[in-house]
Amino acid sequence: MMRDVTSILPLSLESISFRGEGRKLVDAVSLVVPAGGVTVLLGPNGAGKSLMLRLCHGLLTPSEGRVRWAASATGRAKRHAMVFQKPIMLRRSVEANIDHALAAAGVARMERRERAQAALGRFGLSERATQPARLLSGGEQQRLAIARAWSLRPELLFLDEPTSQLDPAATRQIEELLTGLVAEGITVLMSTHDLGQAKRLADRVLFLHRGRLIEDSLAEYFFAEPQTMEASAFLAGDLIW
Amino acid sequence: MPRQRRPLDHPSRRDSFGSAPEDEGCASKLTQSGVGQVDFAAIFKAAFALVVGLDPGFLAIVGLSLRVTLSAVLIAGLIGLPLGAALALARFPGRSVVIVCLNALMGLPPVVAGLFVFLLLSRSGPLGPLGLLFTPTAMIAAQVILVLPIVIALTRQTVEDLWSEYRDHLRSVGLEGMRAIPTLLFDGRFALATALLAGFGRASAEVGAVLIVGGNIAGYTRTMTTTITLETSKGDLPLALGLGLVLIALTLAINAVAFGASRIGARYAG
Ligand SMILES: Nc1ncnc2c1ncn2[C@@H]1O[C@H](COP(=O)(O)OP(=O)(O)OP(=O)(O)O)[C@@H](O)[C@H]1O
Ligand SMILES: [Mg+2]
Repeated sequence: MMRDVTSILPLSLESISFRGEGRKLVDAVSLVVPAGGVTVLLGPNGAGKSLMLRLCHGLLTPSEGRVRWAASATGRAKRHAMVFQKPIMLRRSVEANIDHALAAAGVARMERRERAQAALGRFGLSERATQPARLLSGGEQQRLAIARAWSLRPELLFLDEPTSQLDPAATRQIEELLTGLVAEGITVLMSTHDLGQAKRLADRVLFLHRGRLIEDSLAEYFFAEPQTMEASAFLAGDLIW
Repeated sequence: MPRQRRPLDHPSRRDSFGSAPEDEGCASKLTQSGVGQVDFAAIFKAAFALVVGLDPGFLAIVGLSLRVTLSAVLIAGLIGLPLGAALALARFPGRSVVIVCLNALMGLPPVVAGLFVFLLLSRSGPLGPLGLLFTPTAMIAAQVILVLPIVIALTRQTVEDLWSEYRDHLRSVGLEGMRAIPTLLFDGRFALATALLAGFGRASAEVGAVLIVGGNIAGYTRTMTTTITLETSKGDLPLALGLGLVLIALTLAINAVAFGASRIGARYAG
């Protein structure tokens, strides 16, 4: 079938802006996200990282410009999924959380069960399957949020500061999981303000400042010799917003 | 059209009730004695005998009350849950006015609801030809009007809170607008159960609405609360007290269930 062959990537942002409260919160950002690798959105608080991810995922509509996918997904499944900073857990069991997302994507009941089991196994949550999701620890909840997104078989996964509420051990675990997803061929676009994490994970860095994309470079170049004063200051820890 | 037992004059105030001999003895004793000399011990004994003895007439009254109130809560739930959820998600001009009115309607005096239904169903009213006045159906309708605002208002509040928490995720998985309602109702199930119980409590305790539209006809539209009103004024205190005890037990049971629901809900809510 067509939809299984054609990729939705690359994703292109064509000069998108987002206005709120009379200001341009995202200002004429253009970029292309091809398939593969980890792209990290960096920038100080309020730079517009979360807004960018929401605009890409379709939770917000740009005031100007266009978010374009190489192929528009047919049917209910979007083929891109998002994990939020604070995991949003439904008031149901761990497994039912995954089942619900699959049902929303139009997956048939029999297949839902299989895919939920696979996701639980893949992310080490099988023993927790029947527990209320909201009683999991913060790290486990974020793992479940990723498992739930993974079960939807996205080509592109958006993550908004997925580890900002986690301790170092849980953060490491999530980073390993993400590396595994990338090895599987899933493209990742994530925001973080953990520089160490960006260095560990990023293939490419997008540096945002006051809603503008002021640097877009390979990670090694960005960290070695940032091109803008703002990025240098950010890396040096003297922030600027 | 169904033939109705429509009392042309006011439903008789003389129907005697209760077949238990203690009951009648006590009632006549009481009517003879002044209020100051009421024998409380005897009344309590007789009341307990009614409750424990499962007197058929007594049970019929309790049964009718439960049937009317449960039907009203069921109907109000079927209408009010989806409507409250839709109101939580919909944005339209005048929405705040609707919400304020609904909240105000939660305190609608039962007699006013009764009067409203009475006017609708009375022989010259718009629904008069249905011949429903002074039937249990009319009582259910009046109680639906009492319960519905509670269910809608509490559902709206619950669903709106849940939506603000779930919005990003639900929209992310493609559940936008009204398609999110089933999820929100299910995840609000414990709070919504409490809303239905609150409605049940209000309906089972009220007397004004069922009295006006039911007419308090013995063996037909006589509920626990209307019986208590009537029998107290007639002096059959054991019957009134027996029903009062059942009502208290019911209230306790409702609160126990509501407490349980919120405890289980708190577990799932984490
Ligand atoms: N829906 C919205 N409407 C109006 N303004 C918004 C909206 N969402 C965010 N903003 C504003 O846009 C700016 C950028 O917000 P955003 O959440 O994208 O920042 P961020 O880079 O993710 O910051 P942080 O690192 O703190 O998460 C902020 O000033 C915020 O107040
Ligand atoms: Mg953010």
